[in-house]
Amino acid sequence: MSAEQTHGNGSASAEVAARVERRWATIAVIIIVMMALLAAFAGIHRATMPQARVETTDPSRLHLSGEFVESNLGSVLEANGNVTVRAIGQQYSFTPACIVVPVDTPITLRATSADVVHGILIQGTNVNTMLVPGYISEQLMRFTRAGDYLMPCQEFCSFGHEGMWGKVKVIDRTEFANRAKGGGRLSCVGQ
Amino acid sequence: MLVNRKLILAHFWLAFAVFGLALTLGAWQMFIRSPIGTWLSNPELYYRSLTAHGTVMGYVFPTLVAMSFGYAISESALEQRLVGVRWAWAGFWLIVAGSIMAVIPIALGRASVLYTFYPPLIGNVFYYLGVVLVVVGSWIWVALMSVNLRVWRKAHPGAPVPLAMFANVAGSYLWAWTAVGAALELLLQIIPVAAGLKATIDAGLARVFFSWTLHAIVYFWLMPTYIAYYTIVPRAIGGRVYSDSMARISFILFLVVAMPIGMHHTFADPQVGAGFKFIHSAFTALVALPTLLTVFTICASVEIAARLRGGCGMFGWIRALPWDNPMMLALAFSFVMLGFGGAGGLINMSYQLDASIHNTQWITGHFHLIFGGAIVIMYFAIAYDLWPHLTGRELIDVRLIRTQLWLWFVGMIVTTFPWHWVGILGMPRRMAYFDFGDPAIAPQALSVTLSAIGGFILLASGIMFIVILARGMRAPQVDAGPYRFALAVHQPATVPVALNTHALWVALMIALTLTNYGYPILTLALSEGTSVPAVYVGAQ
Repeated sequence: MSAEQTHGNGSASAEVAARVERRWATIAVIIIVMMALLAAFAGIHRATMPQARVETTDPSRLHLSGEFVESNLGSVLEANGNVTVRAIGQQYSFTPACIVVPVDTPITLRATSADVVHGILIQGTNVNTMLVPGYISEQLMRFTRAGDYLMPCQEFCSFGHEGMWGKVKVIDRTEFANRAKGGGRLSCVGQ
Repeated sequence: MLVNRKLILAHFWLAFAVFGLALTLGAWQMFIRSPIGTWLSNPELYYRSLTAHGTVMGYVFPTLVAMSFGYAISESALEQRLVGVRWAWAGFWLIVAGSIMAVIPIALGRASVLYTFYPPLIGNVFYYLGVVLVVVGSWIWVALMSVNLRVWRKAHPGAPVPLAMFANVAGSYLWAWTAVGAALELLLQIIPVAAGLKATIDAGLARVFFSWTLHAIVYFWLMPTYIAYYTIVPRAIGGRVYSDSMARISFILFLVVAMPIGMHHTFADPQVGAGFKFIHSAFTALVALPTLLTVFTICASVEIAARLRGGCGMFGWIRALPWDNPMMLALAFSFVMLGFGGAGGLINMSYQLDASIHNTQWITGHFHLIFGGAIVIMYFAIAYDLWPHLTGRELIDVRLIRTQLWLWFVGMIVTTFPWHWVGILGMPRRMAYFDFGDPAIAPQALSVTLSAIGGFILLASGIMFIVILARGMRAPQVDAGPYRFALAVHQPATVPVALNTHALWVALMIALTLTNYGYPILTLALSEGTSVPAVYVGAQ
């Protein structure tokens, strides 16, 4: 039996084939439109979006002045109760190497790179951003569970990449507030 | 009508030889960073190996397969001697020269920047020049495909271009345009710095340029596989293509929408705003469309074969398929891997979900499953199918071929499934070493060990593949007849101009690239003070 015989009824079978095909194509288009709509809805309604703004900074002057000078790195309790964390990545470590934050608090992470491309990934969470020299990365985050989290560099930054691991320590809110009373920038380096 | 067999065989052999080398490096990398390997005291060796593996598997191997398959298609589908054979050989030798030029600095540890370049890291200038030569060599192929089709059109005015050649030329145009992103990054940004003419570079702009290439290159790798799905598989298993026009629409969609979506690779980047990220995310969803259409058309084509063999029932026909036919086996494995890999891809492209797995081992698992799995297993099938026509000798060891395909499939699943899993646990990519003694990392040890075992299964399968082809060069002679492509159930006598030519779609591809990339690139290129000092690799 040849294909011609099976589909001997030329134009009629062609019509059936075209109809089935159109139906499938319609389903495929609906699936895709639904996905895009879901992403738009989640982005707008739940504000789950990638970083919105592009901010720049000069990596060769980070240590001299501005937001990312050494004395300004670490966690700070803002007047409204939120926390801002500032950090930099360089071959092959983060500063501060251990970030301390309170649990159940809106946190803004602002970070950049002092040399090549790095990345920050906090394991067990969806905190994940690139650090590109020349640009500032900003991530909003909130931890619901106290404890220690590993924070590896997730982008190849040359031969020492595999050794570039930081840490995040999430502590009780009152404990954090007590430690923040003295002012300055908090971290858990050496603890 | 395969006349220039030597040319085609040379491309295939070079492709599979470098594939064998890169596969060996890959298996070694899996082993050395797993708990069963001993700690490599010099991590730099790992990154040399990783750069070589990526450069070969990303730029050299699939390009050569596309070229050899493309020449074979041009001669056999158009039934026309290849025009410009001398140019084709020039392209081949450019690729040989470029590969050697790139591999020497890699081997010396002067270019351990990975195949994705990662400026402001800068390696030896000859590494980049080698990559450029490889791309230029492949552009000769692009031009030849276009010229050959034009010559055929002149001789056959108004006739439908055979599907295989239509798709092949679409793939070559896609490659020509998608390579432009990396070419701009190399020529305007990286090479001047590597050559010492400049000392600073805009890393953010470079990442945007590279994303232009990085996603559509995957569709270029995919083209031979999809061409095989549509034009080889139905013929090899005794069926028909369900729909010729749907096939053309799928290839056209790949050409148009594979390009302007690359920024989903930069979702986590600070140099691109949220708006363009969303646009690229939505366009990425669109590129699932040709794949969904293809899955339908190919399943229907396969069903035709099964019913012609007496299969019946809603799903009963599946049993009637020629499962001992290597092409059937390869297609089934390819579809299973495409299914899992595609589902993973929908997660990666998602505006929101990407944050959970960005730059984790999930991504490595994903593209190995899609490229190494779904795509490369069809490269094997293409080679097996073409070999008797190229060598004039029979591939007798069908059982060995089936074992090889099974091993590749099993090896790829064993490698990539645990890889995805540790990615979800947050294991970062491209690490020469993991401290499995750390209680937080220890639970990942088992998965990483499994992946390494999968790597060795793949290596065994790869060696078998090369042995089968080599034995095929000395097998008894046979007249394989002319090389044919599958016919459609309703083979078209005429095809609408839009489905028979590429100009409109190429114009649309370029226009969409400009709308989706023009503004981000211009703003980055014009913004002051974003260039940062280069960091030279291996300079100390």
